[in-house]
Amino acid sequence: MTPALSILAQEPISAAPSAGLMIILISAALTDNILLTRFLGMCPFLSVSKQLKSAFGMGLAVVFVVTCTTVLNFWVYRYLLVPLEPYGVPAESLKLILFIVVIAGFVQFMEMLIERVSLGLYFSLGIFLPLITVNCAILGASLFMVINVTSKGFDTLDVLMFGFGTGLGWFIAIMLLSGIRQRLKKANIPPALEGPGITLIITGIMAMAFVVFQGMIKI
Amino acid sequence: MDALVSILLSAAAATGVTVGLAALLLVAERVLISYGQCAVDINDGAKRLDVKGGQTLLSTLKSEGIFIPSACGGRGTCAYCKVKVLDGGGPIVPTELPLLSPEEVRDNVRISCQIKVRNDMRLAIPEELFSIREFIGTLERVRDLTHDIKELTIRLVDPEIIEFRPGQYIQIEAPAYGDNPEPVYRAYSISSSPSMRDRIELVVRRVPNGICTTWVFDRLREGDPIRLNGPYGEFRLSDDASKKMIWIAGGSGMAPFWSMIRHMQEQGIERDCTYFFGAVTPRDLFYVEELARLSEELPWFRFVPALSGKDLPDWEGEKGLITEVVDRHIQDGSDKEAYLCGSSGMIDASIKVLRAKGIPEDRIYYDKFN
Repeated sequence: MTPALSILAQEPISAAPSAGLMIILISAALTDNILLTRFLGMCPFLSVSKQLKSAFGMGLAVVFVVTCTTVLNFWVYRYLLVPLEPYGVPAESLKLILFIVVIAGFVQFMEMLIERVSLGLYFSLGIFLPLITVNCAILGASLFMVINVTSKGFDTLDVLMFGFGTGLGWFIAIMLLSGIRQRLKKANIPPALEGPGITLIITGIMAMAFVVFQGMIKI
Repeated sequence: MDALVSILLSAAAATGVTVGLAALLLVAERVLISYGQCAVDINDGAKRLDVKGGQTLLSTLKSEGIFIPSACGGRGTCAYCKVKVLDGGGPIVPTELPLLSPEEVRDNVRISCQIKVRNDMRLAIPEELFSIREFIGTLERVRDLTHDIKELTIRLVDPEIIEFRPGQYIQIEAPAYGDNPEPVYRAYSISSSPSMRDRIELVVRRVPNGICTTWVFDRLREGDPIRLNGPYGEFRLSDDASKKMIWIAGGSGMAPFWSMIRHMQEQGIERDCTYFFGAVTPRDLFYVEELARLSEELPWFRFVPALSGKDLPDWEGEKGLITEVVDRHIQDGSDKEAYLCGSSGMIDASIKVLRAKGIPEDRIYYDKFN
């Protein structure tokens, strides 16, 4: 094994108790990047990354929505579904339905609120919100959150950090791709690969770089 | 028992969360999406509306009785509902951009279903759109004109009076029936004269399996209510009275000309006019006696019916396709203008003939049936 790869073969870095939140953030954003290691939220990733400005707006909207909905869904799960489980309520299957409802309702509410509070913000961020309702990265974050809650005992603060990190990871990924696509405008691409073709290839190469680090940090 | 409890609890949990969110959204809609009263000024003070803000411009105008054409139902795809917003429209929404050309953006044209009334606005709307209304009428009389064409007379109930220019059309709403799950709208030219303001006449030809015409022919009875909206359309007599007119129609394309000729007769408008009307056999002809009489009474009007069918020993009029008849009758088109109404095949063929006669394309006006 070459020296470079031997780093990867080492024992996973374990979180010191005090560094817990930071570790959760970094692992959610980078080593377990929801887009580039799990391939969730691909559709807006490919379609909105054409322009840096709209990619930025979309990325921020995702950070915001993922952070909030993960926490809301955690509360629904922890304080409604789990307590009902002893009475035979199937928390595992019910959570899927409820999470979707919560996300859709929250996104719609936020759209109204942002439109009211700041039109500038509405036009730069709010118009992306309806697109996010169907972004599977949002639901994915909530479902992974449940796994972390059951296996690692996340509390609200951990979940907040996890949600924020997941969103941040998506934001980083779309900004990276959007930056590359800006460069592509001047590049000489074979006609057959223009547009989605080259974008998917780039995404694949980016994903390889991220997948290598997957699971390196053990929360 | 346990199973029942768990089912009920599950349902309660799911319903509770959903209802809670729905309630939150309803409250938010009340509290957040309300912009108070907004003043909408149209055409520099020609019309002023005091409306409640928060709705799209398209639906706000509609509720105030101003109907902007729209085909997609406010989904932002058809781009018919363009309106000039001089003030108060806010920045252009990304969903509008693909539907607007750079010139339109510069001219403050907006897609009215995509912008909301949030504050006072200033608009410029073409005058014609003000007269577009929704009408409820009663079918007063149905008359067979030919084996597949009927004349409908509709008495207007609410509002009771219509203003239109001869050549314009209205839309009939055929309600949901049978296999047709939702109302459809179909356009028909008004065949009556504008002077008869409390009634309109339409000439409807049966389209095999057509949703609206099947409803008109098979279901609609005298005395039934009927919903209309309009008038629409730019097909009308030009302002240049010096040009001699050629009218060409086939089938129910008769309607706008039947309106125009009676309007001209009533108003004493004397413009040289030759009306070519094409059909296949004598049983496809209608209004022929009335038009022949008019062409005797009015020195400036000539009516030329033509039949294209074979084997017509009793027919003494013109024979052949309408384009051939026009070709024989018209020599020099340079002092003429042409008005066409009928199927797209007939219109395209006629345009070719007319252009060959020297009538420029911008003096050929037409209303195609699809």
